[in-house]
Parts: sequence; structure tokens; C-alpha cells
Amino acid sequence: MTPNPLQIQVQPEGPPKVLKKFRLTNVRIVSQAFFFAAFILAVWATWTSRLGGYPVSRFLEMDPLVGLSTALATGYVYRFLGWGLILLGVTLVFGRVFCNWMCPYGTLHQFIGWLVNIRKHPDRWKSNYYKPIYFLKYTILTVFLIMAAFGSLQIGLLDPICLMYRSLATAVAPASDMLVGILGNKVDWVGIDPGLLDPLLFAPGSQNRVFVGSFWIGLFLASLVGMNLVIPRFFCRVLCPLGALLGVLSRYSLFRINRDVHKCTDCNLCLTRCEGASDPQGALRLSECFGCMNCIDDCPEDALSFTMIGQDKKQVVPGPELGRRRLVFSGVAGLLAYPFIKNDGVNTNENYSADLIRPPGSVEESDFLSKCIKCDQCINACPTNVLQPATMDEAGFEGLWTPVMNFNIGHCQLKCTLCSEVCPTGAIRKITVEEKLGKGDYAEIGAISLGTAFFDRGRCLPHAMEIPCVVCEEVCPTSPKAIQTVDVEAKNVFGEIVMLNKPFMVPDLCIGCGICQTECPVTDSRAVYVTPVGETRSEERRLLLNKRNQAEA
Amino acid sequence: MPRRRGDIQNPDYVKDTLDRRSFLKKSAGLAGLTGAAAYLGLAPENWPLSLKDITGRRSEPTVESFRLTDYRVPPPPGVKDVVVGRGGTVEQRLAKALDGIGGLTHYIKPGDIVLVKPNVAFDRSPNLGATSNPETMDRLIRMLLVDCKVQEVRVADNPIESPSDCFVKSGIAGAVDQAGGRIYLPDSNAFRMLNTPGATLIENWWFMHRPLTNVDKVIGIAPVKDHNLCSASMGIKNWYGLLGGRRNQFHQDIHEIVSDLSIMIRPTLTILDGSNILMSNGPTGGDPSNVKKGDAVMVATDPVAQDAWAFEHLLERGTDYPEYLHRSEEKGSGRVDWRGRLEELV
Repeated sequence: MTPNPLQIQVQPEGPPKVLKKFRLTNVRIVSQAFFFAAFILAVWATWTSRLGGYPVSRFLEMDPLVGLSTALATGYVYRFLGWGLILLGVTLVFGRVFCNWMCPYGTLHQFIGWLVNIRKHPDRWKSNYYKPIYFLKYTILTVFLIMAAFGSLQIGLLDPICLMYRSLATAVAPASDMLVGILGNKVDWVGIDPGLLDPLLFAPGSQNRVFVGSFWIGLFLASLVGMNLVIPRFFCRVLCPLGALLGVLSRYSLFRINRDVHKCTDCNLCLTRCEGASDPQGALRLSECFGCMNCIDDCPEDALSFTMIGQDKKQVVPGPELGRRRLVFSGVAGLLAYPFIKNDGVNTNENYSADLIRPPGSVEESDFLSKCIKCDQCINACPTNVLQPATMDEAGFEGLWTPVMNFNIGHCQLKCTLCSEVCPTGAIRKITVEEKLGKGDYAEIGAISLGTAFFDRGRCLPHAMEIPCVVCEEVCPTSPKAIQTVDVEAKNVFGEIVMLNKPFMVPDLCIGCGICQTECPVTDSRAVYVTPVGETRSEERRLLLNKRNQAEA
Repeated sequence: MPRRRGDIQNPDYVKDTLDRRSFLKKSAGLAGLTGAAAYLGLAPENWPLSLKDITGRRSEPTVESFRLTDYRVPPPPGVKDVVVGRGGTVEQRLAKALDGIGGLTHYIKPGDIVLVKPNVAFDRSPNLGATSNPETMDRLIRMLLVDCKVQEVRVADNPIESPSDCFVKSGIAGAVDQAGGRIYLPDSNAFRMLNTPGATLIENWWFMHRPLTNVDKVIGIAPVKDHNLCSASMGIKNWYGLLGGRRNQFHQDIHEIVSDLSIMIRPTLTILDGSNILMSNGPTGGDPSNVKKGDAVMVATDPVAQDAWAFEHLLERGTDYPEYLHRSEEKGSGRVDWRGRLEELV
């Protein structure tokens, strides 16, 4: 049909020109850019020289799935987790708009999808039909919530905010620092004043942060991003438990996309860029709709609107496609998953890894596992790189990617409590330096101990080889020092008289900070090493009946 | 519609032909590439541009090393090698000591870039005596900027604990920022191989190079600390903080490494701050009871004599000086015997 200029001129109805130019999708893009930038900024700002009381964990605290699941697991709502109510409110008014207006992870997927342009195909609308596999996220949500109710928190594996934080902090940020560092070094050699460069973006002043297992975390991120080539917004449509939670809630939302069946010509153009695969061309699947507003843009007939009034009650499927059978199945799966993960037996009070050292302020282990969402924000905040995402060796599958301390890489700095400051869920309870060191009001309780250091006298230079060393004693930060020396003059095998300061441990004074292990020159298997036994957070994992220094005082 | 080779379905299909001209062109190009590759890969090692590596040693990474210049300035005539300022506030003591040694302006010229090297080894608050005194730092930087009109004051150290944290919590970062200096944090790019002729352990060693680029003068400013292994950590031991690499091995021969440090860098001046003296539990301290308040700030052009006097009078450990001071004297960094070369200004 050729347009008739006359007809356009005389047609008086339709919105005024200004409103026609105003597109909701443009506002949406601004909103997405804002929240994405804010998220990156929060990751960037979570570094010792930048933290200054800013709410860097607000994204995690605003995540209602974090609030809900920790409330199920612990019975309480920690510190700022009430912020999740805001998002619930937004969802009840506008539907699942979080996914396409705020969620930085959703933005990442949408952006990548747009970048690779896989949908510039003439048939691209076909990839945006609803597929039955999209019910999977509701199953995942159900399993996670039931496990949480039993006390094992696993939502962090797939919750988009936790997942994105973890990926950025342990894979993307160090990769960026490393690449910029290598390039910076090249510039150094070319002769440009290297003093002008401050090469490390995320962790200035650090020596190449490394994160154990970050390869797998990075690969996980890359795979999920790559899946956009197969199914657009794969993660958001198929896996996201937060999207599922908001999808369930969105059935009660006031606003939604409404199709005027009298205007609609069934051209299916609304599917061209439909992010959620929510079938706006038929009965809208409300639980799947991200509120991206693309369909309104793409509709040539103005048949679609985002509205509260005049909704066509027939043209909507309010709830998710999760029949009773599937719900029961998901419930059973969750029910079985809990004992499965708990009976793994690698993290009981009788059998636990000697490497399972939790950061200061951590609550007792089973409590810890019911609170930690594996967001790894603590790991990002740690200035010495000692905090590492746990592998299955340390904490089993249940504790995968929870924070543990690796004293070969770094040590726990005496006057630092950053990990406890940023923890959004209280797995690492907020402590002060006073409490950590057992000073002031906490003098009677004593310092928080992360474990106890031991000597391997067969590898220790003064003990085994009559070579002076005692770096461990030098760096031991307590006063009086927990590592002390017996000073002996000995004749070594070459007949020389050497002065040996042979170190020994005073376990009562040891706080398990691990600096002795970090600085020990026997680098492969350290001659002095810390294990978690004696950690103050656990009665069951205690070592000494009495601390002798406190008995005296 | 673009022309697509080989696509017969395409209406704009162009038959792929090879005429003589393009055949010759392609052949010449291929021959050139093959020849170049053959030369690069097969030419003997000593031919120019050859990539041949017969032993496998040619491809071993080489590390270029650099040398430091001598930052010393001849003192004005008649001035003692070590001057101790006493009485009053820390700032007054510092000013007295600097005046006694000939005035800071004698050593530092307008337009200089000056590196000030404090001891920020640990994450401790200033009152614990484990790190350099921020007040002294503040005063020194202001004198450099205002009195000496230097171009830039840099402050650098490679702490044992997290650099950002150590600088902030020791109060040094605040003092430097306020006074107008600039902090250089160590990251993996800040280090290069330093060649020190005559050094036994660190003839070639990783050194925090970045802050020393284009520097004209260097001033060390250190606290006086107890140290189990080498009995005292003072002005010379402070330079340990510019080393990188696996420096925890040096404790196997601590006196040798400290005496090596005395020849590694030849500072313009060494300032020893005896205001918070760490008497025990060093070098980390950790409790105010380990610290003794002192009232001496020392400035020296002879760091060996300075350390000897501080060992005797500030740490009160008698004249049985640490072995490394004698070895430093042997290496020609100064003289242990401070008598007659020291002046106390009250």
C-alpha cells in the first residue's frame, strides 16, 4: 500500500508529534546505562584506598532474593537487606522491569546480544517466541529456596547480582589490571615517563592479584555470555532465579503491556526485539515480560501500550508455566539436594580441611554457610589478596566460591576489617578493629583468632639446616610476639660458628593472621603454616583449653 | 550488490580468472615471503635479523639492569657529619638538625626532584613506632617545597603489608597529601633490575625503580627500631624498603644485606627520627608499651656513624655495635666511630 499524503494531513487523531518522538525505550537505555555504570563503580570503589563509607554493596542488598533466602535460612534480616523491599515494590507496580531497566547482568547480556547482532536476521523474531525450557528458572528458584529453608544457601551460584559481582571481582578486574599492567610496562621501556602512569585500575599498589579458580569463574561468565548466540538472553530467560522470583510477583503488578486486539494485525513485528520472549503478539506471558518496551516501539499499528487502565483481561497469562506436577518435582529436588550437599562430609567438625580458614568476623561454619551468598565482595575488598574463592577441596560443593584465606598468597592485616564491612549478609559479621584485636571493650574476650600457626621443623632453616632466618619472628605482629626464638650458638657442618635464632610458637598468642606463612622463604610447602584449628568462631574447633596469657591477666 | 567470487547463484557472478600479469605478481609475492621466512629461520645466528636459536639459550629472557647515580652533595666546610637536634617539638628538632648540617638549601637546589624514603613497612598507627613519624614527614616536605623550591617531592616505599593500607594507616599518606608530596605505590611494574657494583648479595636485584626516574636528590627518613635478627633497624636498614623480588631470603645473611644496602644507594641526607623509639618487640611493635618517647632528630651525611650513635644513645644498647655497621665501614659507606664528628644542638 502506498502512503497517501493527503490522508496523513487530514487524520486528526493519534498522539501529538512530541509524544511520538518520546520513546520509553530511550529512557530505558539511560536507566540501564546508569545502573550498569553504578555497578562497575561499586566494584571499582571496593578497594582499600577508595572505600569511605559509600554503600558499595547496595546492589546486593537491594536484591530481594538475597534478603528472602537469607531470611529463610537464618530467620532474620541482616543490616541493610531490607532494601530488597524497594525492588519488590517496583515489581508490584511495574512488573518485572528490574530485569531490563536495572539489572547490570541483564544489561550485559542484552548489550552483548546487540553487539554480536545475531538477531539482525530477517527471521530474528522467531528466536523470541516463548520456549518451554524457560520454566527451568522457576525450578531453580524452588530448589534454592527449599535448600535455604533448611540452612544451606546456594542462591549465590546463579543469582545475577552475586554472579556478576563474583565474575567481575575475581576474573574481569584482575584480568584488566594485568593487561593494563603489561601494556604499562611496555610503555615503561619505551621511555615515556613511567611516573605518570598509575597502571592498575582496580587494585592500585598491589602486585598482580590472583584468584584461585578464577579461570572457571571466568569461563562460566564467558559461557553464559556466549549462550546469547544460541538463545538470546539465555541466562535471563532460562536460569535466573531472581528473574523467576520477580516473575512470580509480577502477576500482581498494576502496569503491564496491553495489546489492543482491534488495532492488532497479527504481523508479529512486536517479537522482533522482545527481550523476555513473553509473547506480546498473543496472550502476554506476564511473568516473562521484562518491560523492555521494544514491542511498543516496533508495533506499526500502535496496538501495544504499557498501561494500568483498560487492560484486556483475556490477553494475558499471569503466572509462570509451572504446573503442579513440576512444582512438586522441584520441591522434591530441593528436598533431596539439601542432604546431598550436607552429607558430602568434607566440611564437618570432625573432618574439615586444614585450608578452610575463614576471614575475621566470620560466624561459625554451618551458620556461615547459611549466610554466605558467594558474591565475593569481601574478596574484592581484601587489600592483601589473601581472601580467595574456595574450591571444592576446601569447603566442598556447598562452600564453592565462599571466601577462604590462602596464606601462601597474602596475610590478614592486623588493622583491617574491610571484608566484614562490605559483607551484605553477615556471614562475616561487621566487626571493629578493637573487637578483632581484643582491645578496649573486648579485652576480656581477647583477639579474634583465625587459626593457629605450626612449624614444620624438618623444613625450617634454623631448625633443620643450621641457617639463620626467622623472617616469621620478625613479621609476627602481636605484642608480645606469638613466634619467639631460642637463641643458640652452634657449629655447623662446615665448622663455622653460627648464631641461630630457632623459632617456636606460643599458640596462646597466635591470632592466625598468617603473615609468618606468607613471608616464609621455604615457598612451596611452608616451614610455618596456619591451620584453622583454634579459631575463635567455633567451640568445636578449639585447640587450647585455656589461653595461658589470659589466665594470668 | 557486491560482486562475490565463486557464487554462481549470484547474478553478479564474476568468473575467477588468472591472467599472466596477476600470475607473475602472485608468484613474486609468494617467492618473496617464502624467501624472507627461509632467511629468518635458517640464516646462521650471527647474520643480521636472523632468528635462529641453535642452543635454545638465545631465546632466554634477558633482563636489562640500570645503575643509580650518587645522590650525595659535599657538605659545607666545617660542618659535622652527624647533627642531633634536641628539645622542643619534632619540627623544631628537625629544623635544628638541618640547620646544624648546613641548611637544607645547601643540599637541595630549586627545581630538583626529590625522593623522600620513609619506613612504612607495616600497617601500624604512628604512635606504635614501627613506621616513620608523619609529623616529621610533613615538616620535611613543606621545607623542600617552600624553602628549597623543589619541582616535586616523591614519597615511596615497598611495604611488607598492603601498600595502600600501610601508607594510609601509618598517617604518612595524609601527611604527604597535605604537605603537597606525591606517593608512589609499588605494583608489579614499579621494579627493575638494579646493578650495584661491589655488593655481595644484591649485585643484580629487583629495585623499585619508578619513583627514582629522573630524581635529583634522595633523603631517607627512618624510625629507630628494635630488630631481633640484626639487633636494630635504623637509617641504613630503611633502604631495604626499595627492594623487590624474594627479599625474605636475605635474613639468612642479614648483616651482609644491610651493609650491601649502604652501598646500593648513596642518599643526599639520612634523617633518623628518635621521637618514638621502638625499644622491644621490633620491628613490628604493636603495643604502645614497646615505645619510648625520645627527643632527638638526627640528620647525617654519614649514615654509618649516625646508626652507631643511635644504637648507643637512643636504643641504649652500648658500644657493641651490630655487625652490619662494621661491614658497611669496610665497604666504604662511612665510619662507625662517630666521636668528634657529631654535634648535638639543644
